[in-house]
Amino acid sequence: MKHSLVSIANLDKEKINYLLSMAEEFEQHPNRKLLDGRVVATLFFEPSTRTRLSFETAANRLGARVIGFTDPKVTSSSKGETLKDTIMMVSNYADVIVMRHFLEGAALYASEVSPVPVVNAGDGANQHPSQTMLDLYSIYKTQGKLDGLHITLVGDLKYGRTVHSLIMAMRHFNPTFHFIAPRELAMPEEYKIYCREHGINFEENEEFDEDVIAQADILYMTRVQRERFTDLMEYERVKDVYILKRQMLAKAKDNLRILHPLPRVNEIAYDVDEDPHAYYFQQAQNGLYAREAIICDCLGITLDEVKADKTILG
Amino acid sequence: MDANNKANGQACTGKQKRQGGELLVAAIKNGTVIDHIPSVKLFQVIRLLKLDDVKSAIMVGYNLKSQKMGHKSIIKIEDKFFTDEELNLLSVVAPNVSLCIIKDYEVVEKKRVALPADIKGIVKCANPKCISNNEPMATRFHAVDDINGTLCCHYCGKEQSLENVKLVGH
Repeated sequence: MKHSLVSIANLDKEKINYLLSMAEEFEQHPNRKLLDGRVVATLFFEPSTRTRLSFETAANRLGARVIGFTDPKVTSSSKGETLKDTIMMVSNYADVIVMRHFLEGAALYASEVSPVPVVNAGDGANQHPSQTMLDLYSIYKTQGKLDGLHITLVGDLKYGRTVHSLIMAMRHFNPTFHFIAPRELAMPEEYKIYCREHGINFEENEEFDEDVIAQADILYMTRVQRERFTDLMEYERVKDVYILKRQMLAKAKDNLRILHPLPRVNEIAYDVDEDPHAYYFQQAQNGLYAREAIICDCLGITLDEVKADKTILG
Repeated sequence: MDANNKANGQACTGKQKRQGGELLVAAIKNGTVIDHIPSVKLFQVIRLLKLDDVKSAIMVGYNLKSQKMGHKSIIKIEDKFFTDEELNLLSVVAPNVSLCIIKDYEVVEKKRVALPADIKGIVKCANPKCISNNEPMATRFHAVDDINGTLCCHYCGKEQSLENVKLVGH
């Protein structure tokens, strides 16, 4: 059945595992003609090159054609067209709409008015489910499981949309979280309440050192941005504390993998790239498979159909 | 005692009596009395019930003395009976109002308002970056805590307390 994907929060464990299995199929054979003759629209009301390239590559590698815009300045939304009107117009042309918007709740609203499925490619500070799916897929792939893992989240835990969604998606899998952040960017109370309500173990800490890393299966880094601080003295004090350097990995477990939603600025030193624990570039590649799965699932293509697919290209 | 209690007034005390002093707000024969409205919320109540479209007589008492509340307001609407759905909208701005249905000068029914589970097109989202504040569309909220009065925006997910609620269009 065709449906939209707006948020990861309401997907159950079965559905998450189902999408991960589908992503696994696409990793084995990413190039197919499964979407031959279909049109995927990518509407980016705010620029996001990485996400757009990933979605468009996913559509292209499945044989779909892509229409859309990368910058709302060139569209009629700059003339005052409503989101609804844009969606209604594009839904005449496309089989599925991938949408990025700067306003919160835009994806849910678009999915309510759109006659075709809408895939949320990020709506303001709200939701970015395809990022979460690729994070889950990366964790699953590197650890061989999702259950019972120690996940350390580092950096901006206050505004970091990806870490909030990750907590929600991991609730089915009995994780232990370790929140490492400066005081100004600590995990908001609402997410700690969420953890308590869902029986998720967590610890909080301001220090980031090799002993903290030693416990982790997954080290999820995010960027501490200057503009997030009201107190710039505080920023100066903490800006170098949350930078991962290679020597900090001395006590790391063999299975530890370092994730980062990218773009990285300086929060992971460049010599970490050579370390076997580094995984952030493969993580981005996993985004392709996760998004192939999301587009197909929203178009009503089942896992069985993907497995039985005869359109695989060599 | 409040002077306006006496005739289908405060807390709808059933049989109407006049006790010393005049009624500040005249009694109605048939209709609805909404009492114990916090005075600052009076105009929101008028707007929510669309009283400006009502053609029958409406008596409004504003800033009346009240033992219980200090000051309060009261509205009596002649020949008008609201649905529970309409009345429950009041919970958004004035959850503790007393409602009386009057027939032939007698209180025949008392009601309290209840916070609806789903509130459409009434409350404005406090989040300026919410789509509902930037698109011509109906807002929508879910009651997440009807005891403390917390609403959650259906679209952006931000929660707000009923105490700080602003209504659409204002």
